[in-house]
Amino acid sequence: MSEAEAEPKISVRGVRKSFGRKQVLDGVDIDCRSGESLVVIGGSGTGKSVLVKCILGLLHPDEGSIHIDGTETVGLQRVARERLLQKFGMLFQGSALFDSLTVWENVAFGLVLGRGMEPSKAREIALAKLAAVGLGPEVSLLRTAELSGGMQKRVGLARAIAAEPEIVFFDEPTTGLDPIMADVINDLIVKCVREVGTTAVSITHDMVSARKIADRIAMLHQGHIVWHGPTAEVDHSGNPFVDQFINGRADGPIKMQVRAA
Amino acid sequence: MLRFVAAIGAVFLTFLTGTGRLVVFAGLTLATAFTPPFYLRAILREIVNIGYFSLPVVGLTAIFTGMVLALQSHTGFSRFAAEGAVATVVVLSVTRELGPVITGLMVAGRVGAAMAAEIGTMRVTDQIDALTTLSTDPLRYLVLPRLLAGLITLPILVLVADIIGVFGGYLVGVYKLGFNPEAYLNRTQQYLQTTDVVSGLVKAAAFGFIVTLMGCYHGYYSRGGAQGVGQATTHAVVSGSILILVFNYLITAAFFGR
Repeated sequence: MSEAEAEPKISVRGVRKSFGRKQVLDGVDIDCRSGESLVVIGGSGTGKSVLVKCILGLLHPDEGSIHIDGTETVGLQRVARERLLQKFGMLFQGSALFDSLTVWENVAFGLVLGRGMEPSKAREIALAKLAAVGLGPEVSLLRTAELSGGMQKRVGLARAIAAEPEIVFFDEPTTGLDPIMADVINDLIVKCVREVGTTAVSITHDMVSARKIADRIAMLHQGHIVWHGPTAEVDHSGNPFVDQFINGRADGPIKMQVRAA
Repeated sequence: MLRFVAAIGAVFLTFLTGTGRLVVFAGLTLATAFTPPFYLRAILREIVNIGYFSLPVVGLTAIFTGMVLALQSHTGFSRFAAEGAVATVVVLSVTRELGPVITGLMVAGRVGAAMAAEIGTMRVTDQIDALTTLSTDPLRYLVLPRLLAGLITLPILVLVADIIGVFGGYLVGVYKLGFNPEAYLNRTQQYLQTTDVVSGLVKAAAFGFIVTLMGCYHGYYSRGGAQGVGQATTHAVVSGSILILVFNYLITAAFFGR
């Protein structure tokens, strides 16, 4: 079977999600192959985070199906959902580190509480993952409030990959970082994805980041995927939404909402 | 007129929806108590947090409550020469009513608010979603230890409050009102029955559950950043306090309503 015909790692079909009268996702169809780095771009408030949360099971779609490794995940019972979650890692936009714990305890959290690993063994792994994202052992005993934004992102990344998940989600990985730190994070994401062969789904509106970490880019607008294709084709997509977005123009088919819908 | 009735209906439906969601929240949380993993360290941490760190505030309110109760009942009873009942009134009021209610309200203010703020902040900063993605059930890890700790700790706190409250009454009775110490202690235990203390401890367990449940529930469903967390904290304290007073009546009626 060729790679193109292989079953996608993630398959999203006809997913709809609304909050009250606001339709956020309106029939999203997208696939992500195993080992691929897919980046979903789109303006703020277009539902990128909602899409990722639906795939993770943190939100329940109103309609549609989401398959992981060919298995339907919408409506999974608690035990099956917990088993499925062991395939996932997630880097949150604000890092979402537990401020009551030290850095190494954050990184080891999923190993100890989620997978029942011995704390001493989990600590070794946590220190190794912190080293992989460029943080020394002296950082491991600090509280997360003592870290800069860039360091928090790196700790969040170390936590996301600590259990070596099959699929890692990155929610706005470079938002709020200076360009140099953003590039450091991009390099770390590429390194983590390429070296381990992880499937990665990222959401961002930072085109520099998207070009660097993506194998394939999809654009979400008004609840639909309006274009998707290889990263190399994004500049020649011929899609007016993509052209306006990647060139950052105010004029075009995308009208910015200045009032809540 | 129709609009008025519709508004009443909307309020009633909102109340029913909220009650249903609260019951489901409590049920789902308690269901996690019967399957592993069990986070015993988290339960112990919450017992220390709720119990040990509440001792100063509970002790202070209990001693002054006992003192003022002795003073007020002496003032009232002296009008018809029944000063001898002061010790009995103090011990029955403290063990049956004031010990559990004052302790419950103090813990609602101190612990319920802190829980709503902590869990609410975790909600709005995605930490609860992070728990889920790390294969850790937030209800099992965050909520259940707090509910169990409240259930276990409040009766112990109330027992301490009972002793300190009665001691406060003794101090005022003996050193200010001039009662004979031995006579005061005799009157204290003469009419005190096991049911009086037990009913207070049952109330305490119920209040512990209510306070922690409301703190966790409002924090868990908070929305909208700092303002949402602030509202969750207010709702936790207000609803916890009201429910304490409602359940105080219901439990009193169940024990002594015949």
